[in-house]
Amino acid sequence: MSERLAVRKTYKLFIGGAFPRSESGRSYAVTSSKGDFLANAAKGSRKDARDAVAAARKAFPGWSSATPYNRGQILYRVAEMLEGRRAQFAAELVDADGVTAKKAGELVDAAVDRLVWYAGWSDKIGAIRGAANPVAGPYFNLSTVEPTGVVAVIAPPMGPLLGLVSVIAPVIVTGNTCVVVASERAPLPSITLAEVLATSDLPGGVVNILTGSAGEIAPWLAGHMDVNAIDLTGADADLAVRCEELAAENLKRVLRPPLDRIDWLADPGMDRMTAFLETKTVWHPIGV
Amino acid sequence: MFEYAPAPESREIVDIKPSYGLFIGGEWVDSQGDTHHKTINPASEEVLAEVAWATEADVDRAVQAARTAFTTWSALPGSERAKYIFRIARIIQERSRELAILETLDNGKPIRESRDVDLPLVAAHFFYYAGWADKLGYAGFGPDPRPLGVAGQVIPWNFPLLMLAWKIAPALACGNTVVLKPAETTPLTALAFADICRQADLPPGVVNIVTGAGETGAALVNHPGVDKVAFTGSTEVGRMIARSVAGTGKKLSLELGGKAANIVFEDAALDQAVEGIVNGIFFNQGHVCCAGSRLLVQESVADEVLDALKRRLSTLRLGDPMDKNTDIGAINSAAQLAKIRELAEAGVNEGAERWSPACPIPERGFWFPPTVFTGVAQSHRIAREEIFGPVLSVLTFRTPAEAVEKANNTPYGLSAGIWTEKGSRILWMADRLRAGVVWANTFNRFDPTSPFGGYKESGYGREGGRHGLEAYLAV
Repeated sequence: MSERLAVRKTYKLFIGGAFPRSESGRSYAVTSSKGDFLANAAKGSRKDARDAVAAARKAFPGWSSATPYNRGQILYRVAEMLEGRRAQFAAELVDADGVTAKKAGELVDAAVDRLVWYAGWSDKIGAIRGAANPVAGPYFNLSTVEPTGVVAVIAPPMGPLLGLVSVIAPVIVTGNTCVVVASERAPLPSITLAEVLATSDLPGGVVNILTGSAGEIAPWLAGHMDVNAIDLTGADADLAVRCEELAAENLKRVLRPPLDRIDWLADPGMDRMTAFLETKTVWHPIGV
Repeated sequence: MFEYAPAPESREIVDIKPSYGLFIGGEWVDSQGDTHHKTINPASEEVLAEVAWATEADVDRAVQAARTAFTTWSALPGSERAKYIFRIARIIQERSRELAILETLDNGKPIRESRDVDLPLVAAHFFYYAGWADKLGYAGFGPDPRPLGVAGQVIPWNFPLLMLAWKIAPALACGNTVVLKPAETTPLTALAFADICRQADLPPGVVNIVTGAGETGAALVNHPGVDKVAFTGSTEVGRMIARSVAGTGKKLSLELGGKAANIVFEDAALDQAVEGIVNGIFFNQGHVCCAGSRLLVQESVADEVLDALKRRLSTLRLGDPMDKNTDIGAINSAAQLAKIRELAEAGVNEGAERWSPACPIPERGFWFPPTVFTGVAQSHRIAREEIFGPVLSVLTFRTPAEAVEKANNTPYGLSAGIWTEKGSRILWMADRLRAGVVWANTFNRFDPTSPFGGYKESGYGREGGRHGLEAYLAV
């Protein structure tokens, strides 16, 4: 008897809670850090990006009006599901990045912990970023934070799991929905993460993941009139400038790529959440 | 209606020079170019003064001066910066009558508004941010938040001195230095502010004022020595600025246009609502980015509200802005008047019904009567485009959900108004309106402690309150 032949997984896109192939019918070969063939990933197209934006927009009213408690629970549930697949992700990271099994395990742990950390922010950020403003007159005046809307996220090329989780979680915990362009170099963990998201009570369309070429897809998202903001963390310098220019068309909020290499293991701070929040201030007279 | 005797404010206490240079490095200097512009009183078309239009070289000098001043200004203890800004606030209070008159002469807004709204808010804004200068470590941006450097600031003509205050006060409090360009049609109060900086002994170069039009503004925004760009104005120009800043790393805040819905429910206190509608769109001749330019009125009370509104509008006094009884002043410029006329004509051509009260129009100057359009569809230009004038478009709705749908059906998201006596409905509506400021049972209220700014294409960043510090700190 020969050794049993493995049943391989087909890596597809993640749009509106479903796993479609690219409408373009394209795929590209993904290799390990050593150059070995791993899988054919879907090569997302402009049309896929637009479908993903439509799905994200459709999901926005429900997700943004879910209670922060509920959103926090769902993010925690994502962490639980990720924890349960620790071995699978560690193996994918060993393949993708050539890290040791021990290091890969630590990176998965850090991703789980990151999700737990952000989950706790859902019902606290409003207290930190909102305000009761002492105006000079008989008015009740309250500032609260609200999600910006649909956010396009260009995920970092390095850090295919921890980096990816670290850019998605801060966007959705506050009620935004997103379209993520995964690391072109190492896209496979992103689709496995999609399987986690799909089984975590996260409503379909809150997170949509496209694999393929960031250089090809990102400009369509940057210029899309129904996208409210763009995170350029994973864009190289030229692509980032091009996207920022395109984003001006409907005055998207832009999170520019960092000047220095990001240490994904460091304390992330609040910036990735606050970049995609709006402040709304409500006035009402006080009287009898 | 009572007859009112004229009650003109005197312009005697205002000393306008025949011509002004640029304020750079604490000195008045001549422009290196030779383009000058006459600024006029829009109520009379009388020339008030001639101002220089700064060239690229002038802007460069101003940015250098600000850069030089930044080293010492940013190193000054916050408590010392605070005292300079408090001084400025006090001098504004001391000279508020003069500044109000100057504002009204140059801008055309009624003296009652510049005296009772603009100037008190200007002083309050400096007073408020002065107090932040030595408390930045407690503002929630880390223990020792740093300034950005040189701020290039471009402001509009609708609230000239107030917009200057919104820009300069937080910038200085955070330790930045400033090059500010006032609007080409309303430079005079900014130039008077330069004199206030001198009276306050503000170190040279901390505030620089360069006058000019779009080219001067572009030179400032694009100057590589500018670390921060702040702009208030049209969405069109805001887009251009966002595009030109791309890739430079400059921090950008934009406060742009609006097309606010003012929503009146059938259970509202209708007399108060009518006052709020009037204040919402006819305050400052409608030259207000957050103006309530779309009235959404519940169908069941539409006739009643419109009748009351028309009665109220018939009592408004349009005319000499210097008269203390004037409600509606002059349109700021011939160009703005042409734009308002063009959009009003589009309203008629697209089938809406136009109404204005009988209202004598002065012979000289730029004027537009308060105007109400009924029978407006959401597709009409007057329901979609910012008119920036005293023109109200009236639409109706039946259910709260329909009101939300119509209110949010715009690329803008600056402000909104809600009129109802039902508290839970106010909060339900406020939750769903995609706008940065929501006024419930009031409209057009401003305060330095209260963040102001838009969603969507109305721009990004907030001015006012703790939130307003973020735009001027390296965070």
